[in-house]
Amino acid sequence: MTDLDAFRQDVRTWLDDNCPKSMRTPSSAENEQCWGGRDFKFKSEDQRLWLERMAEKGWTAPDWPSEYGGGGLSREEHKILREELSRIQARPALSSFGVWMIGPAILKFGSEELKREHLPKMVRGEIRWCQGYSEPGAGSDLAGLQTKAEDMGDHFIVNGQKIWTSYADKADWMFCLVRTNPDAKKQMGISLVLFDMATAGVTTRPIKLISGSSPFCETFLDDVRVEKDQVVGEVDAGWTYAKYLLTHEREMIGGMGRTAAGQQTLPQAAVEALGLDNGKLADGYLRSDITRWDIDARAFELTAERVLDEAKAGQGVGNASAMLKYYGTEVNKRRQELFVALGGSDAMVWEGEAWNEGAVSRTWLRSKGNSIEGGTSEIQLNVIARNILGLQ
Amino acid sequence: MAALVLNEEQQMLRDAAQGFLSEKAPISQLRSLRDSRDETGFSRDLWKGMAEMGFVGTLIAEDFGGSAFGNVGMGQVFEHVGRNLSASPLLATAVLGVSVLQLAGSKVQKQTLLPAIAEGRLLTALAVDEKLRHAPACVATTARRHEDHWVIDGQKSFVIDGHVADKLIVSVRTSGEQSDCEGISLMLVDRDTAGVSVERTIMVDSRNAAIVRFDNVQVSSDALLGELDQGLVVLDKVLDIANAQLSAELLGISLQAFEVTVKYLQERKQFGVTLGSFQGLQHRCAHLFSELELAKSVVLKALVALDEQDAEASVLVSLAKAKSCEVAELATNEAVQLHGGMGMTDEFDVGLFMKRARPVQALFGDYRYHADRFASLRGY
Repeated sequence: MTDLDAFRQDVRTWLDDNCPKSMRTPSSAENEQCWGGRDFKFKSEDQRLWLERMAEKGWTAPDWPSEYGGGGLSREEHKILREELSRIQARPALSSFGVWMIGPAILKFGSEELKREHLPKMVRGEIRWCQGYSEPGAGSDLAGLQTKAEDMGDHFIVNGQKIWTSYADKADWMFCLVRTNPDAKKQMGISLVLFDMATAGVTTRPIKLISGSSPFCETFLDDVRVEKDQVVGEVDAGWTYAKYLLTHEREMIGGMGRTAAGQQTLPQAAVEALGLDNGKLADGYLRSDITRWDIDARAFELTAERVLDEAKAGQGVGNASAMLKYYGTEVNKRRQELFVALGGSDAMVWEGEAWNEGAVSRTWLRSKGNSIEGGTSEIQLNVIARNILGLQ
Repeated sequence: MAALVLNEEQQMLRDAAQGFLSEKAPISQLRSLRDSRDETGFSRDLWKGMAEMGFVGTLIAEDFGGSAFGNVGMGQVFEHVGRNLSASPLLATAVLGVSVLQLAGSKVQKQTLLPAIAEGRLLTALAVDEKLRHAPACVATTARRHEDHWVIDGQKSFVIDGHVADKLIVSVRTSGEQSDCEGISLMLVDRDTAGVSVERTIMVDSRNAAIVRFDNVQVSSDALLGELDQGLVVLDKVLDIANAQLSAELLGISLQAFEVTVKYLQERKQFGVTLGSFQGLQHRCAHLFSELELAKSVVLKALVALDEQDAEASVLVSLAKAKSCEVAELATNEAVQLHGGMGMTDEFDVGLFMKRARPVQALFGDYRYHADRFASLRGY
């Protein structure tokens, strides 16, 4: 038995002993996820236990160094852990913008002190993070942001407004892009800072979407004090870190297109809704559209797989995130339009228990945001054209 | 389950194919064959070279003189055949003939014919389609048993390399009704048998295709390949192998057309700037780039699935053929359009990609055919 086989055995055994049965069911509903944080109310003792146990192993951040609370796993070990978790259909112990986004940036660019201060609490789910990037006047042109950080000697005073901040009203800390040098070229005067959302001057307001309520918020910053040691990396070097982070975010959003475990696929739903006529879906037009989608969805899944395989083999261009985000979100939008077509009048109901509180219509509407958030499809196409095709 | 990457051996084969074909069978060779109305439709010297390089024997078992590099290996050759628009009997002989013989040939047939193929000394052609659009189960060409031999009557169209093949492999009806899946058999017929007439058709891609007519053609009992009435089972497998290679060729055509187009946009200037600086064109190219990435994935997956004898291979082949057809149509259309007036000239190569892509799409099932097959195999 190789070392990796032994590792798999150990993981399997540990999971068997430590993953509560109720945590072994897939759930993608946002309100059932474990976000952690100071004010988090666990849905059950099992949910709390599952987080505690996985955090103790560092497996909420499997490939982070163990000195900061991470699992310290190699790529192969991490893959094995993912496979074993999937095997028992274990839901994630922790959903965290800390682990997904700011943590990797702190690991790569932050000081030793900053790593020791923030990373372990992310792993344990003790602190919940939100992202302060976009502003009403700085969306696609993020580098044009105007939130100002004035240097007061031993701290900064921050003034401005952020928008599209997911869960700002529930988060404990924010990682925020601020302008520290208004005289430099716009990308050259930005810093990435961290601060507690409980700091005086921070107010949040939720944003309602066409799909109903959402986790998005506006965040108002009025004379907010940010300590000098809470700057990630160098002052005025924040744009580099932001771009690094954005690649992670793209990958996260691009992955949203996949059918979650336990969910019915579009073809399955179509067979149920339309029935078969001589082995083929009874509605020829819909069959044609669903097949076209199914081909693209499957081809996209294989592409995500191939990109990963190439990265592991040291092949490939390593520049796939824009393409994956662009195509994945467009595939998801098409999927939702087809669910709406299948559902007919039922799909257009907005609320009511018998209609799962309008789940189909709301999911369809929410999906329109996928091609806008995390860099619009048009921006992704610009990135591909410029960085990969050399067209500018 | 193999990863979706090429191993070292496959990379070497890819590099060999790229080097050989760009030098020995570039686009200019196709032009010259076309303009001189070459009788054979390909260079016999080239075929000899491809045999020596081992390309012809890529799918042939080592026992019979091949290299058994498999479908992924052959796919690398076909991708570069696509890029260079190289004219050769590679599909009809090294893929179709070889696959039928390896799946349904007798021991004697394999022992005599496969080595001859590997050495470049024997050519084959597969004659299956009778309708305008691919329909392998629609067989009206009959083979009637008469005493100790068969008598074949009927007509086949779109027979690739029909006029140069030494041996024809024909799907014939030996029992049942015209569209029955049961009752189809495969027969091996010498092209020069009495009653066989081959009419070469000049196609838009300047490649070999023919109509083959069978008028009271008598063949001996041992002409039967595989089991009587069960020919469609073998044919389905052969067509899967063929479609995977055609998908690889379509991918090569698409990638080359795309690359020359991007280069053109980087260089061509109008209004004082390069065409590539226009966002409208940037977006179209970036979108096409994404579609090409998807085509790469499905083609490799189908080839890997065939090599691994994956139970899902047929689904994955139809996925690959459908997607690569769609992308080739887009890529070649965009290539011509983005080259402006020059794209419409015969002088520029870009129109040749479009002219080759469509017959490859049509051969053995286009997007619609394979989308239907994909859905049916997936249960809807």
